Amino acid sequence: MSEIVLQVENLHTSFFTRGGEVKAVDGVSFFVRESETFGIVGESGCGKSVTALSIMRLLQEPGGRITGGKIIMEGTDLVPLSKKKMRAYRGRMISMILQDPMSSLNPVYTVGNQIGESIRLHQALPDNMVEPAIIESLRLLKIPTPETMLGNYPFQLSGGMRQRVVGAIAMSCRPRLLIADEPTTALDATIQAQYIALFEDIQKKTNVAIIFITHDFGVVAKMCHRVGVMYAGKIVETAPTREIFKAPQHPYTSALINSVPRLDRKDERLFSIEGQPPSLLNLPPGCRFAPRCTVARDTCRQQEPPEVNVGNEHTVSCWRVK
Amino acid sequence: MTTLGEVRAKPAKRISGLSRGARIVRSLTFFVPMVIMLGLVFITLFAPLIAPYDPIEQHMLERRLPPSFFEGGTTKYILGTDHLGRDILSRMIYGGRVSLSVSLLAIMITAGIGTVMGIASGYIGGRTDGFLMRLTDIAMSFPGLLIAMLLSVGVGPGFWTVVFALSILGWAGYSRMIRGEALRLRNSDFVMQARVNGVSNIGIMFKHIFPNVVNTLIIIMTLQIGMMILAESALSYLGIGIPAPTPSWGSMVSDGRNDLDRAWWISTFPGIAIGLVVLSGNFLGDWIRDKTDPRLRRL
Amino acid sequence: MADILMEGRNLTKHYPVTRGLLQHVVGWVRAVDGVSFTIERGKTLSLVGESGAGKTTTAKAVLLLERLTSGTILFEGKDLYHYSSKELKTLYRPRIQYVQQNPWSSMNPRMRLRDIIAEPLMTNTKMNRGEIRRRVMELLANVGLDPETIDSYPHEFSGGQRQRIAVARALGLNPSLVVLDEPVSALDVSIRAQIMNLLKDLQDKYNLSYLVIAHNLATVRYMSHDVAIMYLGQIVEYGDTEEVFQKPLHPYTRALISASMLTLPEDEQEVKQIILTGEMPSPMNPPSGCRFHTRCAEAKEECSRDIPEMVSVGAKHMVKCHHHG
Repeated sequence: MSEIVLQVENLHTSFFTRGGEVKAVDGVSFFVRESETFGIVGESGCGKSVTALSIMRLLQEPGGRITGGKIIMEGTDLVPLSKKKMRAYRGRMISMILQDPMSSLNPVYTVGNQIGESIRLHQALPDNMVEPAIIESLRLLKIPTPETMLGNYPFQLSGGMRQRVVGAIAMSCRPRLLIADEPTTALDATIQAQYIALFEDIQKKTNVAIIFITHDFGVVAKMCHRVGVMYAGKIVETAPTREIFKAPQHPYTSALINSVPRLDRKDERLFSIEGQPPSLLNLPPGCRFAPRCTVARDTCRQQEPPEVNVGNEHTVSCWRVK
Repeated sequence: MTTLGEVRAKPAKRISGLSRGARIVRSLTFFVPMVIMLGLVFITLFAPLIAPYDPIEQHMLERRLPPSFFEGGTTKYILGTDHLGRDILSRMIYGGRVSLSVSLLAIMITAGIGTVMGIASGYIGGRTDGFLMRLTDIAMSFPGLLIAMLLSVGVGPGFWTVVFALSILGWAGYSRMIRGEALRLRNSDFVMQARVNGVSNIGIMFKHIFPNVVNTLIIIMTLQIGMMILAESALSYLGIGIPAPTPSWGSMVSDGRNDLDRAWWISTFPGIAIGLVVLSGNFLGDWIRDKTDPRLRRL
Repeated sequence: MADILMEGRNLTKHYPVTRGLLQHVVGWVRAVDGVSFTIERGKTLSLVGESGAGKTTTAKAVLLLERLTSGTILFEGKDLYHYSSKELKTLYRPRIQYVQQNPWSSMNPRMRLRDIIAEPLMTNTKMNRGEIRRRVMELLANVGLDPETIDSYPHEFSGGQRQRIAVARALGLNPSLVVLDEPVSALDVSIRAQIMNLLKDLQDKYNLSYLVIAHNLATVRYMSHDVAIMYLGQIVEYGDTEEVFQKPLHPYTRALISASMLTLPEDEQEVKQIILTGEMPSPMNPPSGCRFHTRCAEAKEECSRDIPEMVSVGAKHMVKCHHHG
């Protein structure tokens, strides 16, 4: 198996607000290998975006900060690194793509300028080598006529094209890890399909490890090798993609998969999960999903379940699984 | 059935991300200005009961007395007397009353006119917008001071002349800002919904546009407190404001300008008062804006 | 004979593009270009397509928020543009309602629930305060919310609950048709099912017709009886939902289905993945002949030359392609 690029161990991130401490990420562990895509699936408020920001150390102090755990990248723990040292990682070793391409691109600078900024910051290239490097990045994202694209401004591009430019910026320094936070949510279905195929291609070419955050199971199925399902700040199940769909162990995972309407058959009635996710300021004792779980027992409501390994890199946190 | 209870969190112990010192400073920026402003309102309402002397009563034998905490002063006149022997403290109290009433009235009038124009301009658009904005441009380019002087000469100086002078052009600042808000709101989803439901234009302006514009309005108004008081002071200082012997802070500053070397307190105390009120108004405006801006995360 | 509530015939909406000091027209954005459909009483028609397809513009035309360049909208057999403004206010507007995509911006944040839901009632009926209050509480209960929350503000509710409030507001006047613009796409996955189930239940209970705008095919399949696939301002395939999804005839429909299908990587060998090249062209300058030919893997010579006709292939199934089937 290829080597592990990132290992997150027992990460805790909290936001300190007037209402109290919001434990947005409460003991999350996972790893990603070279040339592998790890998906993080969950609904809004589950902590997936905060996890991404924590890895990038982009949380806004004093409100939010990592309160515990390790983020190990190729031997170095990123959590205690100084701001200066962390900046050397961002853009070069770890890159990030966000959901809205319009706000990720500065409207007053050209595409070439924005990709070039990243290259100039992190690579010591002589001046005449910068432009070829920019064009190389554009080609990697299969952007047509890269030479003309250099001088284009974001407003001249469509949503799909902008998202490719964002991808080009992210990949310009050939990072070891790419974190993509819902990059396809705002894209149309057919453009999304193009984009996913593109990233599979990029992964083959550059061996980059990808953490793909999404709420869309269709995208997970197509794009990710392994998946982690998050709920209320914790990962409740991790498994290879195929197993998550064929044999989900956690009640939330199966409920979630069942509540998504299927295109390959006609559903008579969709399964819907009653209630809402718990408020992170006021967590229930025991398993966080228990209030909404149809098969919850007394133990579930009293104690948080431990993480159990059920083989083949498949872990679950549920009292019903031994 | 989903109910509201699941959404609301029980308030827990307050743990904020800021240090204790930072939090104290932050709450002070609200309390201190609030106290000052409330104090001013109190003084305004109860002036006759608080002021020790009649503000225009002259005590010719006790002119230019320094404040009581200085050498030569007496506790009879706590802040001293001016060049005509009038008690500074009493004049400050009555003067505050005048300055505040003039400013508040002017603010009410300008806010009222400006809001109506801004909402009409932003929501209705088209030629109405064009016309009203041209009016605003004209108002903004007129020299306010000149108008005030002309009014003072033409109508004669007095309380209402000053109010009029301050109001006649002051609405322009509001109408532009409110127009911007109204424009933004016109395109919002809930306004579209109201149109689908058949609500009339007037109905939409009253029920949907105005309540959402009130926030901005209040912020502008609190920031205007300082500006209006300064404007009134300037007019009075120049002699085209509140006529003597009625005290106003501006005219008091003016009165003392010839005595700055030997009786500095005549100008200084009213000057400090003006500064404090302007500062308080500004801090209050900032505080309200920060409190009501939903985008700023509450730390 | 089907009970037809609304019929759209050849709807067209072109927006002028102006330039220069004198604002002369340099082109037209052909947002909707000859769209026809029928909506039956108690049934759902979905308009499916990607951004720029013209589905929102069509919906706005039905809601009279946009004026058509040409075409006719018949409501219960009568042409909407022949209604007097008084008739529109009394006979049409109360019968058609709108639920928007974004539950966070579709309600005035400064109004309480009771006023938000009451607004259509107050504008269009002569009910007194007490009657309105009772009706609002009844509506809240119908959508699964606690009637006691009637005096709360929208920001106190979650996205899914707000969408329920929007639905409650829409039902106040007992409409015949509700236009739903992406009703669940802004909501979390597990909440979507709740709302979709609610909408279906309400449809059965009150014999409501829905015009749904969506880009998510699976949602469409779950909720609609009929579907219209739109591309660049035109309907390219139309018919009974099950038929269209089981036997898609237009290459675009097949590409959409392929892109939306939940397939695991090893299944890909069996299910052909169709990935389109390029992007949707600008509605200002649609391609010649068949508008889809620039991205179509099956395009032949005539596709760039001749505009395909809308051909009937079954009871209701229609497709606009030279090589359907």
